[in-house]
Formats: sequence, structure tokens, C-alpha cells
Amino acid sequence: MAQMVFSGDEAVAQAALDAGVAGAFAYPGTPSTEIMEYLQEHIGEAKGAGSSVARAPDGITRVAQWCSNEKTAYESALGVSFVGKRTMVSMKHVGLNVAMDPFVNSALVRIHGGLVAVVADDPSMHSSQNEQDSRLLADFARMPCFEPSNQQEAYDMTRFAFDYSEAHEVPVLVRITTRLAHARASVTTAPAKPATDLGKTTDAYAWTLMPAMARKQWAGLLAKQAAFRADADAASRLELGSKEFGVITCGLGRAYYMENEEDWAQAHGGERPSRLHIGRYPVGMGKIQALVSHVKRVLVIEEGYPYVERDLRGMFGPPVPVAGKMTGEIPLAGELSADSVRAALGLPRREGVAKVAIEVPGRPPQFCQGCPHADSFTALKKALEGEAEFFSASDIGCYALAAQPPWSAIESCVDMGASVGMARGAASVGQKRAIGVIGDSTFYHSGMTNLLDAVRHRSPMTLLILDNGTTGMTGAQPTISATSQLPILLEGLGVEKEHIRVLEAHRRAIDADVAAIREELAYDGVSVIVMVRECIEWLKKARRS
Amino acid sequence: MTCDIIFCGVGGQGGLSVSVVIARAAMASGFLVKQSEIHGMSQRGGEVLAHLRISDKEIFSPTIPKGKADIIFAFEPLEALRHLSWLSVERGTVVAAMTPILNIPNYPDIESVLGEIRKIPRSRLIDADTLAKQAGNVRSANLVLVGAAADLLPVPPEAIEKEVVALFSRKGEAMVQANLKAFELGRNIQHA
Repeated sequence: MAQMVFSGDEAVAQAALDAGVAGAFAYPGTPSTEIMEYLQEHIGEAKGAGSSVARAPDGITRVAQWCSNEKTAYESALGVSFVGKRTMVSMKHVGLNVAMDPFVNSALVRIHGGLVAVVADDPSMHSSQNEQDSRLLADFARMPCFEPSNQQEAYDMTRFAFDYSEAHEVPVLVRITTRLAHARASVTTAPAKPATDLGKTTDAYAWTLMPAMARKQWAGLLAKQAAFRADADAASRLELGSKEFGVITCGLGRAYYMENEEDWAQAHGGERPSRLHIGRYPVGMGKIQALVSHVKRVLVIEEGYPYVERDLRGMFGPPVPVAGKMTGEIPLAGELSADSVRAALGLPRREGVAKVAIEVPGRPPQFCQGCPHADSFTALKKALEGEAEFFSASDIGCYALAAQPPWSAIESCVDMGASVGMARGAASVGQKRAIGVIGDSTFYHSGMTNLLDAVRHRSPMTLLILDNGTTGMTGAQPTISATSQLPILLEGLGVEKEHIRVLEAHRRAIDADVAAIREELAYDGVSVIVMVRECIEWLKKARRS
Repeated sequence: MTCDIIFCGVGGQGGLSVSVVIARAAMASGFLVKQSEIHGMSQRGGEVLAHLRISDKEIFSPTIPKGKADIIFAFEPLEALRHLSWLSVERGTVVAAMTPILNIPNYPDIESVLGEIRKIPRSRLIDADTLAKQAGNVRSANLVLVGAAADLLPVPPEAIEKEVVALFSRKGEAMVQANLKAFELGRNIQHA
């Protein structure tokens, strides 16, 4: 037993270590990045960029590795489970979309070594493109989902998730959200368990999802649902109080509710609402029924989509009036807060100091001083000067900041790798000067296959790869491949050697850069321009360590 | 006892690490803490924000409710004005550095920004850069600010000094001394 101050991410990572994890895999993404950073720091001595390997006296090799993308990370985890060791894969919510294929099918195989997928959602889109709710994707995959409501539960639940995964031979999704992932609190840890080695599975058929076997596995997964629900029901916490008013909380919703409960009680003669806290899905029915039959109305407080609320409401209406996100008491968009929950509880607003007399302008993020991307966009803008027809598609990364003035140099940012596909698609139907702008990490993640499409169909497009050698926006993690290898990779994908241009992303090279971009924009085929210079943040980080 | 503190500034000012220093000092002094911050794109020269809650009983919300903050530490004056709806009307104190970071084109007139801060009851406007330079490192301005409100914190100054030493020791003795000095110079400021 030890008491530590952990962020939600760190609590999850420590839980995996203490549960005896052997293989941990991830791709960086806010707010999940620190899980792998912590694992790499603590799993053993670092062995090369982006990977930590440790060989303990027990002879079990432990790894914590950054991967090309969430799908490759997930598949690596499956391999570890197959050979009987515990494994964890972590990602942000939109990363789960990338890993969707292995994720959904992993629920059908007979998990051997415990497999835990930790997914960090980002309601309010602090650093994301959407605010999808991973609980619904667990439901879609028919997979159990655990949702901690504080850092201690993040530790306890993640640790238990490995046991649960092995006991039920199914992966477990642990869902956390930004305010849990990036908030620190005191956590009590339990003694570490030695890594277990169950040996390779003896049931290969249960991992071979050809139709005949997949049908059998699917039936088996469906048969487990009743147990998942019963376990979730047993784990949920019901405290009956008021016969008038009941509250259902999920995840962090509990923290925001508890922040206000005392005030509610004071306003209601000391009586407290009846309350049910749900931390596991699919939800069990027993305690919800007990709550609903005890009270006259219910408020549902959950982070993300109205998921429990929608089920409770049903198609023909709930047994008692239900308030929540679907009725507007709690906003549908954005994360919960103590203030929004307070309003939903009918308590008076708390006011801070009155507004000031001057307008306070926003201070949006911007390129760091000396950022190589800024010089790349200066060159691109100059190369496009006077051109009426162009399409500049971009991607996920710091360089998306070029959408804003003074740059206004890109016209789209949709998903990882989309710049390449969108530019190619537009080019294939006649768009002139179709340009994709993508970072090196994002290119390795999801851009390469799009480029292969462009090469195969000779779609006349120009791809700018802003190669800063790192995944910058998430705090500078090493990319999966080195700058020196990129031209070889591009050639291998079939891009003509004379149309692979490697340039220096620096203002001192601006004239040469502009000329080269113009030349390639004029080429009626696939060209790739690699703009090379190290990320400032990466350099700073390297200097620190 | 509960003390809710907001730390705000611009990416790169070290506001987040100062919030961790106080959080650790509070933990070491026997308090419960919850500290919440936003990472990611906001680090790129944009607004940076951390919430720290210190209490002797269980803390629930990871973020401070509106109107409840006891202290706002603003490492940049304009940022102080951004979070005033969190400041407690009855007891809240703004502790703000005077030096603006002019990285946006529409930054308001600095005198009117400082004027607005002065209008807030109990506010403390600190020339943190000058004192930090005196202490030996302009980057220790954030600890000048912490020192300037040390009397409002539930944590003894010695506990904070201990965490400052722990945080900066790997950056060398000069850095440790500059930050301790900055904290001390902040504490020596007489408030009206």
C-alpha cells in the first residue's frame, strides 16, 4: 500500500504495471498520451526512441511502445493476449475509430491474457475534432465497459479490468474523460502482482474468425451479456433517500453531483436525493428499477452522450419523469461542470466577480516562436500567389493552426490522413493544384495508404510532408520512422524519384522552397515535397533530458 | 477548510508547474488536493489554466465551481480578467503580474487592463519580472507571485520551499537559489 498523487492517466498506467502487464501499446492523442509516457518511464530502462523494454528476473519481457497508429497498437495487444500475457492498449476517443476493426472483432475472440483498452474521451473538444462517447462503442462491440469517477477508481478499476478480462475471456474498455485524465489526486495503490504467463492459447479456432467459428464466438459473446449486466448491477451503488427525487450519476457526473449535494440537502430540510451511481456497462436493471420505483422523478448526470438516459427513457417513455440531456436540464454539448449540474438540480447560480469594463480578447494557440511549420506555410502561400485555382487540404496536427489568420493557408482538417485522400479525390475529378499538407507522424499513421491510391491512379496532386521528426501537438513523442528513411519509403510506395523533393523548412531557404513547390504543382502526376526541420518543442525536450 | 486556487497565464510561463509545487506542498502538509489542467494545443502560446483545490475533507469536482475561487494567480495581467467569474465575491483575491505578453494583435491598452485589476477588491498587482530579475532569473516570476500570496495559502512557506527545491534541483543549484529568492522577495512585499 502506497499513497501517491496521480493524474487519471498515471493512475491507469500504474494500475497496469501493478496488474502485471507485459505488453503496452499506444499512439499519442490528448488526453491519453501520458498513459504511455508514464509506462515508458516506469516499465524499465529505455531501449531506443519510443520504446521501453524490461526483462525482469521472472523472465517475462515487458514492453511499452508507441505504434504507427491505434489499429496497429490494438493488434499488437491481441498478439500478447494470444500468447497468454497481460496487455493494454491506450488511445484517445477518435483513435478508437481507427482501431475499430480489431476492437469490434476482439470481443469475439477468446481473450487469453487479460486485454484492457483504455480510451480517453474529450467532451468539450479541448483538443479534438468531436466529442464521441466511447461507452456506445463498447456497447456496439458488446464489450464490458468500466468508467471510473475519480483517480482512485481509475487505479482500482483498471487493475480489476485485467482480472475481469481473463475471467470472462473478453477485452474490457476502460473509459476516462479529459477532466479525469488530466486531474491529479491522491491514490492508494496495492502491492504489485507479478506478471503472469498463461502460455499460448490452446484454442486457436476461437481466434480464427472465419464464418463458422465467428458464429460460434458471437453466440458465446451474446450469452455472456447477462453476466456482464448482473456484474454491473452488483457493482453499482444505490443509496435510497428522498421519495420524491432520484439522481443517477455515471463516471465524473458523480463528482459534480456530490459537489452540490450538501446545498441541495440544505434547501430541502436536510433530506438527500436517492442516488444510484453506475460505473460499469452494459447497465444492470435491478438497482435502476429499485430507484425508479422509490422516487417520483429522476435526473441523469452522465459525461458524454445521453446513453443511460436514452435507455431509461425508452421508446414509449420512462416510468417516471426523467430529466437530463435529452430534456435540456443539462446541455447536450460540452463537458459537465459543477455549475451545469448545479443548475440541473434547481439550485441558484453562483456568481463570481462582476464583468469587467473592457473586452477580453481570446488568446488562441499559435505556432511556437521559430516553428518550422510557419516557414513551410510562408513558402506554400508564396508559391500559390496569383493562382486562382487550388485546393489545400490539411490534417490533424499543430499545422492545422495554419487555418487561422495570418496564415489562412489550409482549407480542411477532418481526420488522420484525410489531407492525402481528399487532395487525391479532388484531383481525380479535375481539381487543379490539389495539395495535401500533413505531418510526418500523421503520414505514417494514416497517410501512406492514401498516397498509394494516388500513385496507382496517377492522381495529379502534390503532397507536402512537414517532417519535424516528432508528434508535436501531444508534447513531442518520437515518430515511428526516421526522417532519413522517408524518401526511401516514398520511393517504395511508387512516387517517382525526381518528384520526391526534400527541402529545408527554414526562412533562409524560402526562395528555393517556393521554386520547388511551384515546379511540383505544375507536374501532372504525384509529387511529394518533404519539408524538413526539427520541432522546437522536441528540441527543448531533448535538451531537458 | 477549503482553498480553491486558479492559475492562469500564457503557455510557457511555468504556471502549471507552480500549481504542482503548491499541490505537493499541500499534500505534504496533510491536506487533500485535486489539481486539474488543460494540456494539448493550449500550450502553444495560448491561454493556460490550472485549477487547484486544497481541503481537509473529500474534494469532489476536479474543477472549481464559479464564484468559489479564493485566489487567482495570473502570471499575465489580461489572463486575470478572463477568469473573474470564478472569483469569490466575498473573499477572493487576484494576484497578478504586471507584464503583458503581447502575442495577439488585439491586446487591449495595458493601462486599462491594470486599471481593471486594481478595481477588484483586495487585488495585488505585482511587478514580478523586476523582482525575479533581482532574484537572479526572470523565469522565476511565477514564484514571486506565489510568495506575494503566501499569507493566503493554507500551506506553510517551508513546505513550498521544500517542493521548490525538489522541482528545480535537477536544473542546478543556481536555479534552486533563484527560485527560493524569488519566493522570498514575493513574501516581503507589503500589501495595502
